[in-house]
Amino acid sequence: MCLAIPACVVALAADDTAIIDLGGVRKSISTALVDDVQVGDYVVVHVGYALARLDPEQAQRTLELFASAGIVADATAMDRA
Amino acid sequence: MSKVREGYVRPVDFKHGRIDMSHGSGGRAMAQLIDELFLREFDNDWLRAGNDFSSMAMPPGRLVMATDSHVVSPLFFPGGDIGCLAVHGTLNDVAMSGARPLYLAATFVLEEGFPLADLRRIVASMANAAREAGVPIVTGDTKVVERGKGDGVFITTTGVGCVPEGVVIAGDRARPGDAILVSGTLGDHGVAIMSLRENLTFETTIESDTAALHDLVARMIDAVPEIHCLRDPTRGGLATTLNELATQSRCGMMIRENDLPVKPQVAAACEFLGLDPLYVANEGKLVAILPGEHADSLLAAMRAHPLGRDAARIGTVHDDPHGFVQMETAFGGRRNVDWLTGEQLPRIC
Amino acid sequence: MKYIDEFREGDLARAIAGAIAREAAGSRSYDLMEFCGGHTHAISRYGIADLLPGNVRMIHGPGCPVCVLPIGRIDNAIELAQRPGLILATYADTVRVPASKSMSLLKAKARGADVRMVYSSADALRIAQENPDREVVFFAIGFETTTPPTAVAIRQARALGLTNFSVFCNHVLTPSAITNILESPEVRELGTVPLDGFIGPAHVSTVIGSQPYEFFAEEFGKPVVIAGFEPLDVMQAILMLVRQLNDGRAEVENEFTRAVTRDGNVKAKALIAEVFELRDSFEWRGLGEVPYSALRIRPAFREFDAEARYRIEYRSVPDNKACECGAILRGVKKPTDCKVFGTVCTPENPIGSCMVSSEGACAAHYTYGRFKDVPIVPGEASAAGPSQGARSSPSGGGAAATGASLVAQP
Repeated sequence: MCLAIPACVVALAADDTAIIDLGGVRKSISTALVDDVQVGDYVVVHVGYALARLDPEQAQRTLELFASAGIVADATAMDRA
Repeated sequence: MSKVREGYVRPVDFKHGRIDMSHGSGGRAMAQLIDELFLREFDNDWLRAGNDFSSMAMPPGRLVMATDSHVVSPLFFPGGDIGCLAVHGTLNDVAMSGARPLYLAATFVLEEGFPLADLRRIVASMANAAREAGVPIVTGDTKVVERGKGDGVFITTTGVGCVPEGVVIAGDRARPGDAILVSGTLGDHGVAIMSLRENLTFETTIESDTAALHDLVARMIDAVPEIHCLRDPTRGGLATTLNELATQSRCGMMIRENDLPVKPQVAAACEFLGLDPLYVANEGKLVAILPGEHADSLLAAMRAHPLGRDAARIGTVHDDPHGFVQMETAFGGRRNVDWLTGEQLPRIC
Repeated sequence: MKYIDEFREGDLARAIAGAIAREAAGSRSYDLMEFCGGHTHAISRYGIADLLPGNVRMIHGPGCPVCVLPIGRIDNAIELAQRPGLILATYADTVRVPASKSMSLLKAKARGADVRMVYSSADALRIAQENPDREVVFFAIGFETTTPPTAVAIRQARALGLTNFSVFCNHVLTPSAITNILESPEVRELGTVPLDGFIGPAHVSTVIGSQPYEFFAEEFGKPVVIAGFEPLDVMQAILMLVRQLNDGRAEVENEFTRAVTRDGNVKAKALIAEVFELRDSFEWRGLGEVPYSALRIRPAFREFDAEARYRIEYRSVPDNKACECGAILRGVKKPTDCKVFGTVCTPENPIGSCMVSSEGACAAHYTYGRFKDVPIVPGEASAAGPSQGARSSPSGGGAAATGASLVAQP
């Protein structure tokens, strides 16, 4: 459930709102749920609200994890909650 | 002494005026509207003759006729409006038979209170579209309904054309082994419309792709007379059109997701709204199905035309009594591309 | 599109699929439930099942808030919409769901009710501001992902001093649903849960964090891997579950580290706690009454609670007797096990919750996977391996498999 997309914050605006850009499409969304959003951050957007900031380093590690499939997984690469 | 100028008739107030019931009553107000708007814009001898019919010569060949009603909302959208959409839509339906469109008819159902400024804008757009296509609007009709009984304006267009002998293009002609081609990017029109719909506004430079395709079709038939099927994927998108053709032709289809041309912005807008570009409407694209051995020639001919620059081969027809349309996903898996269920609506889930 | 396209790479998918096949080789089966409807949709849309070996089965869980919304609550929404002058603002997902007397919100709209589809709770607020003389009710549905946006809207309504805005709250909770599955009647009968592990929801977890799932791992001994929303995330999570099961581990792992932390979104959770409180019980379509599984608006925000404002009476409406949704939602039956699947019950005419939304198990299978239920036509390239979610007759002939369960040819 919960269709949400990762989009890039391109501008901050008044009243806890921001403009995000996804593939050239721009939309105004609320940042009321995430503190300290900066231009250039990527956020997960659901029903017009940012829910979380995306961690670029973790994203990179996840991609590397995919690429290393088939090789014995490095235990430290997986996050055991 | 009267200061009224002789023979003076107050012109229609297109700036501030609105449609009222008198415009549909058949009386003077209606005649004046027809004269100052429709005749002036559409501007041809048939209309000027002032009959309730128009009489035209037909070149040799088979007669083809198509009709379409247009109820689009919003009336004006990036890249077009209900007027040019009405012209293009019917021209395209006629052209999908391989026919050269020759004449158009247009009827208007106007809602009481509809601004005349908007009506003039729409009619001018229709006139422009018809002129560019080289197809005159030779007859028409106007009615007015009470406020609340119409969505501003409904337009119905009917077109006739002529198919030369020997050209047989229809939905039941697809055969196993045929190639499936599209003339360009998918989903542009539907996304342009959605961008204006209430509560879904987002900034985007996507414009509707509304266009008359008959010239492209003529080039295509010149290059490859053996085309089996042509159809324009309007409401319900490419998926609906392919399912229609598969059902009519009683065969299956396999398309490849990686080969579908979609503009990045359209893909992004669809991500936002949870839409699938396969089901989003197009108004200036066509699907062509033809024997596989001619696919490359046809692609070259399409790409040489301004409306076919992004043409691509997207799949193949195969033997399947169930008539399933399937897709090889970008991921390497396989899935059905089914009929659309109801209207495609944005989703949160 | 960054953070989307890279996570859909076909070549990487095949590499991960290879790893899954190698590590799941053997005689045991792996029955994995993806809880979240978004994951169900991704699995169907990308044909992920085709890339899995036959002994790794995906079972579609009840994580679709539209599917589990009881008919009686939609009846209530329709009643609200039909009140003269009232505007009902709703996410588009709900409008086609069939309710009692063959009605739906869309049909009510056709008969004159002012039903407006919105993308966001903020849009509903805007409608209230722009129509001060009309009552506006926001039909709030969704799991923990969608709840914070409703909380923000209610607080904003208070800050703006709106007197014409209220919320019909149907927010439900993920952990309770998972518990319900793990404690289902079939479990009591069989003495064991017919599920080996869970793929945890992506976006719910950005809000609640990975911590709440630790209970399931400990209490029921089932591994949970929280997966991102993209198909590669799902495949990687499947691989991680297979590894846990092979190792005999039952832990909570997080594949979606780029957006999910152990604590989740603390600010959002605080907002939820401020505005909402737990209902003792709530009916879930297909699952019956589930304790502590849903939220209602706190007394402190009573003026924004549509149930109080309009004295809404809930009347439970049972599902069709032939409907197997309950068993399907709990993972003990498949869509093709249901007598009415694909015949009476289709996406056009959904009988039960699993067909109602495009992510329900039955709708997903019907729309994307139905071709696997019929014999593969000779001459066509065959699908990779036996299919998931339905048993199909292998290529080379055999009886039609629709509605029947045939064993796949070894």
